[in-house]
Amino acid sequence: MEHQEGKQEFNITVYTENQVGLLNRIAIIFTRRKINIDSLNTSPSEVGSVHRFNIVITETEDVVRKLCRQIEKQVEVLKAYYHTNEDVIWQELALYKLSTDVIAEKVSVERLLRENGARTVAIRKDYTVFETTGHREETDNLLSILQPYGLIEFVRSARVAIIKDSEGFNAKLREFERLEPGDEVIENEFLNEGDQVFTM
Amino acid sequence: METQTIASQEIAVESPAKEITGSAALLEALIIEGVSTIFGYPGGAIMPIYDALYDYNEQLKHVLVRHEQGGIHAAQGYARTSGKVGVVFATSGPGATNLVTGLADAQIDSTPLVCITGQVFAHLLGTDAFQETDVINITTPVTKWNYQVTDANELPEVIAKAFYIARSGRPGPVLIDITKNAQIQKFKFKGYTPCNHIRSYRPKPIVRPQFIQQAADLINAAKKPFILFGQGVILGGAEKEFAAFVEKSGIPAAWTVLGAGAIPTSHPLNVGMLGMHGNYGPNVLTNSCDVLIAIGMRFDDRVTGRLDKYAKQAKVIHLDIDPAEIDKNVKTTVPVWGDCKETLPLLTASIEEKTHPAWLQLFHDHTRQEIEQVIEPELNPTTDEMTMGEVIKQLNELTKGEAVIVTDVGQHQMVACRYAQFNKTRSNVTSGGLGTMGFALPAAIGAKFGTPEKEVVAIIGDGGFQMTLQELGTVMQENTDIKIIILNNRFLGMVRQWQELFNERRYSFVDMKSPDFVQLASAYGIAGKSISDRKDLPSTLQEMLAHKGAYLLEVIVTRENNVFPMVPQGCSVSEIRLK
Repeated sequence: MEHQEGKQEFNITVYTENQVGLLNRIAIIFTRRKINIDSLNTSPSEVGSVHRFNIVITETEDVVRKLCRQIEKQVEVLKAYYHTNEDVIWQELALYKLSTDVIAEKVSVERLLRENGARTVAIRKDYTVFETTGHREETDNLLSILQPYGLIEFVRSARVAIIKDSEGFNAKLREFERLEPGDEVIENEFLNEGDQVFTM
Repeated sequence: METQTIASQEIAVESPAKEITGSAALLEALIIEGVSTIFGYPGGAIMPIYDALYDYNEQLKHVLVRHEQGGIHAAQGYARTSGKVGVVFATSGPGATNLVTGLADAQIDSTPLVCITGQVFAHLLGTDAFQETDVINITTPVTKWNYQVTDANELPEVIAKAFYIARSGRPGPVLIDITKNAQIQKFKFKGYTPCNHIRSYRPKPIVRPQFIQQAADLINAAKKPFILFGQGVILGGAEKEFAAFVEKSGIPAAWTVLGAGAIPTSHPLNVGMLGMHGNYGPNVLTNSCDVLIAIGMRFDDRVTGRLDKYAKQAKVIHLDIDPAEIDKNVKTTVPVWGDCKETLPLLTASIEEKTHPAWLQLFHDHTRQEIEQVIEPELNPTTDEMTMGEVIKQLNELTKGEAVIVTDVGQHQMVACRYAQFNKTRSNVTSGGLGTMGFALPAAIGAKFGTPEKEVVAIIGDGGFQMTLQELGTVMQENTDIKIIILNNRFLGMVRQWQELFNERRYSFVDMKSPDFVQLASAYGIAGKSISDRKDLPSTLQEMLAHKGAYLLEVIVTRENNVFPMVPQGCSVSEIRLK
């Protein structure tokens, strides 16, 4: 995709509390402005009660800066940062499922997989699953290579990114949690009790 | 916002864990938070709370509105005049969705509210149960915070967070959705402790002294400095600090619609209103000043007009409690993050005492032109029919600027804001950011509950009045002493004005027929009168103000009057038109 003037990929890193509904609160900051989220990863950080979002969008820096301030304004957001691709090390993970027969028969497939740094995750009688990590072009490249060999299924993860200049993040986060441990997330415990309750 | 005093944390109920219902715990919490008035409407999913309320009738005044939208606007009016958090009860489903307009209004105008909605039983969530709606997701974009409680044990802490979030930092609306099982559930209530800290939430940015100094240096060197102030001054309770800053600096100051009243209209350095229908001088001279000092305002597009031609020559100092506002619309030279109650005194201490007579004279020169071409014909018309402006002028003479003026949205709103006199802070209640027609009548009811000692006058157009006129029922039931002035031009006036100016007078669906408003008021037992003759205006206004209890006055005004000055959309503030 050709980018409009001044637009480029930005990696937005957000540390948040682990709360129901927060994903939506963050997502609508983008959708309200009709900005597409290219990639979104959210999972617990090294501190269990704190989640880390990695969001990738293509925008101008001015817009991204404003978005980060709007994100940080949310009550349950601890911090939001943005970085260009040059400022981060990032990876995406891809899984490829192929017929075991094809791989066994065609020697070239084995070579191609090796050349592209793919690792075998599972081997079954009827199928085999390979994995690669890398940038989009790399996982895409292997995808197009395997396409002619009866690819059965393909999946790719969102991007995860490490910030090059992130001195002290881990220590700060652990200290933050030590000083004031986070609340546990409370979910609806009653969903499967419908039959036992009579209501009008 | 610290105007609401919390009777310190020790008040927390100490009795070791008595068993009470979630509903009772909610009401106990409200009492400790200092809530005295609730605006609400019952329904199936909030019935346990209403049942508990039956026993709290002495401590908590509940105002039964006629529609949930009326309830939330009333709570907004209450919050705006009293400085306290407005509280609303509504049921699930349609009750909750009827709150959405008010939430959006409160969100954009930074009004502190706590809305409690009932919800279906937790085990029914997601089953499309009767009156179930996903209120949390519907209201996420229009609340500062929201939360669904499915277990009564969560309630005390969640309510404490709700009040803290609503009133602290940049205030805003909070919605708490409580499933019916949690309302009924008995649990060990260990007491209620108000919240004053959430680890992920920083209500106020840290004040940075170096920016205060940089701002002071710019102000001290300025030849033509200009202050723009907004509601932030009022929300921060910083009126005194602001007046001290203005008076020491000698800088002319102009207000946004929501900033009106932060210093009195008659203050010699108050040079008028900003924006699309603001005063001539403040708009034109925005593009002549050398230093622009924006205080607790957010450079709304109705204030700035065309951004790429807005104050490009000026250095901009922006004082705001919300870091997201800095550089959002207008690029700042010096950002002064923080609560203006803290930053203004620091700034005042660092600036030199000055006057700017020649620069101030420029504002007066523009005012003179505006008086000749716009104000004089509006306030002292020679036409047979009355203008909206002369009604406001007469009202000023009678209330002496001491009344709370609540306005709806449209031409009458702009005329009222332009010409009404405000001596006191928290006396201008209007829907600024969202522009919600139908706001004024319910907001006036709430405004009266918020400041019962003041005269509350609602000024409403014939269109807006018909959007929420059912709240006359609330006025009747509560004997609310509000005065309602309907400025009836038999048009949706502002849209008609635009159609006249920009759509070649193609009056597309703006011609509005109205009922007999006086008879309508009479059906609700409310006194009223309709006048169309100028000579009746002073005496009828007097009669209205002297009347004990609610009064509805309809004034038939000229049909096709336009509000000027006007910055046409897409134009620069300096291209403001006087006609």
